[in-house]
Amino acid sequence: MGDAEIIPIGTRGRPGRGSGPRPSAASRNLAGGASSVRRSTAARSVPDPLTDPRADRRVHPGREASPAEPTTAGATSETAPARAATTTRERSALGGIVVGDWLAGFQHAATELFGDDAEMQLARFLAFLRRRVTGGYVIDEYGFDQELTQRFLMAALRPIAQKWFRIEVIGADNIPQAGGALVVSNHSGTIPLDGLMTMTSIHDQTGRFLRPLGADLIFSMPVVSSLARKSGATLACAEDAERMLSGGELVGVWPEGFKGIGKPYADRYKLQRFGRGGFVSAALRTGVPIVPLSVVGAEEIYPLVGNLPSLARLLGVPYIPITPFFPLLGPLGLVPLPSKWLLEFGEPIRTDDFDEGAADDPMLVFDVTDQVRETIQQTLYRLLMTRQSVFR
Amino acid sequence: MGIGRVVLVTGVSRDLGRRFARAVAEDPSVRRVIGVDVTPPRGDAGSVSFVRADIRSPVIAKVIAKENVDTVVHMSVISTPGTSGGRNTMKELNVIGTMQLLAACQKAPSVQHLVVKSTTTVYGASSRDPAMFTEGMEPRRGARFGYAKDVAEIEGYVRGFARRRPDVRTTVLRCANVIGPHVVSPLTSYFRLPVIPTVAGFDARLQFLHEDDLHDVLTHAVNVDVAGVFNVAGEGVLTLKQAVRRLQRPAVPMPGAAVGRVGSLLRSARLAEFSPEQIGFLTYGRGVDTTRMREVLGFRPQFTTAEAFADFGRSMAPTGGGRTVRLLGRWAHSLPTPTEHRHLGEVGRG
Repeated sequence: MGDAEIIPIGTRGRPGRGSGPRPSAASRNLAGGASSVRRSTAARSVPDPLTDPRADRRVHPGREASPAEPTTAGATSETAPARAATTTRERSALGGIVVGDWLAGFQHAATELFGDDAEMQLARFLAFLRRRVTGGYVIDEYGFDQELTQRFLMAALRPIAQKWFRIEVIGADNIPQAGGALVVSNHSGTIPLDGLMTMTSIHDQTGRFLRPLGADLIFSMPVVSSLARKSGATLACAEDAERMLSGGELVGVWPEGFKGIGKPYADRYKLQRFGRGGFVSAALRTGVPIVPLSVVGAEEIYPLVGNLPSLARLLGVPYIPITPFFPLLGPLGLVPLPSKWLLEFGEPIRTDDFDEGAADDPMLVFDVTDQVRETIQQTLYRLLMTRQSVFR
Repeated sequence: MGIGRVVLVTGVSRDLGRRFARAVAEDPSVRRVIGVDVTPPRGDAGSVSFVRADIRSPVIAKVIAKENVDTVVHMSVISTPGTSGGRNTMKELNVIGTMQLLAACQKAPSVQHLVVKSTTTVYGASSRDPAMFTEGMEPRRGARFGYAKDVAEIEGYVRGFARRRPDVRTTVLRCANVIGPHVVSPLTSYFRLPVIPTVAGFDARLQFLHEDDLHDVLTHAVNVDVAGVFNVAGEGVLTLKQAVRRLQRPAVPMPGAAVGRVGSLLRSARLAEFSPEQIGFLTYGRGVDTTRMREVLGFRPQFTTAEAFADFGRSMAPTGGGRTVRLLGRWAHSLPTPTEHRHLGEVGRG
């Protein structure tokens, strides 16, 4: 019985007794003496609650969690050797719960929190989730994913629009309730946040989705390109614009492009050249009304005080902005300033009463372009006069 | 057309060509179908008489003249070198073959109809593309290599032929990617990969044409007296991510250059055929407008893009993603049936 002399204290670094599928050779051999060993360990643990009052609370959950434990306290000489070894896995409280129970738990929690409608909401969310995972959602020919836009993009942008920029919309009645229309807006703010805010505001006001026309740079950038298509954008080219307008969509265009969005802070609210008037000929060809939109407030979100043209050329982007906070404060500088925004939709300019070949008459196209531009510029000045301050 | 038409079909050694030739042979108004290719068809060609001839050689002119062929269906434009050899052989088969065939047709007074199966690849794929190409649009960047360049050249020769022989009814069908359980093409072998590499950050829009619809549209073009260029595709679009999810196969997003490298690796391992223009297609995708197909040609595909893809996917076992779907399904089972979209409007207004 060489073992018996070694065993009583410690296991010398090997896995302890009871870690195997059956009692160790030592415990089988020492059936009689086991009780004394057990009692000594029990004796060590029992006085704890007496000395330490907090320990009392700690002992109880431990006992409940592991049903094999109680035998140690009452350590009778018959049961100790016969009982199967306890592994640490058995003691884990989470291991025993099947996935179905987890889900049922969430379900009950949701009902408790949100009331009776919760189940229905949960079911809807689940159906949505399944559609995403299985690819069962539908997109239109431009790649517009209405469900994703409504449930995620709009939901994420709405608090920013309402709480951060406190957007006030004037003249939402000027947006046609149905049929094709072209919303023409000024462009500002270093990054095209005004486009996103306009999309959200129009959707909240009229329930229609604004389909933005974006520069080709957007569609050559990873992530941005797929997001843009999913949120309803398409390339700003005559073919797509006319196709969307004749399809009865509400199309948004920012004819200033990068010249408008990347202009220095000193030039704020001064409209740049309105492209080459392509948007006007698209509207003339399809006979849809042009709705001028003036956005006040977007100029101040990232005041552009500098530019790095050589680095921009190197990266193939139109400009690298320097604002008072970016890149000085790093990522923190990317937080837009909470300016107060005003969106005013002007009276629609009809294009359906022009002659057949109007779109091919450059002089007429220039005239209408100037008319739209002047309308937006005058509205901007008027809104700026009524504004109390940038942030209020 | 009347009784006793003689139809010549090129490219019958491949499955699509052979099955089309068989289908035409069953038409009672067709007296004879002649299948031409360099290698004999592998499957059952039915009553199609096979002529082993290389369309790159003047032999084809003799066949057309001797048999009094009145309808020529040109289907032997191949998209990958495949078993035919290298890129040079492929180019020769495609371009020189078409030139020889058109030269033979021009000389033969009996020829009245020419149907060419082209592809939407001629439009290319780039970030500057319009959402939907109509037949009148040119590619934004002219193709510089590979299949797209071949097809662009072939269409150029076909246009020249149509100009020189205005009495011949010339129909060019620009078909979207053909898909189906029996189709072997670069795109189907890509989707048959157990793990699908995708270009990170992009979600290409894809259109498909079911193999049955390809037969139908070719037959339709042979029988209907309409000439011109037509885009042919199933209705609707799918994005690449959507398609991969519908197959329940895991996608591995990686940068475009890495996808190209994986592609050439797979090509050398003979697992999948990848070509540079396919990377562009999988990055930017492509959409074609099919209004002319429906209104001028008068053809409606049986399968939409999504249905064609579902039919293709039915033959394949999912290799991943099934667990999440099952889990969600089990949970949904214990909940009431959701009533959709009533709720969406409310959220929008809120």
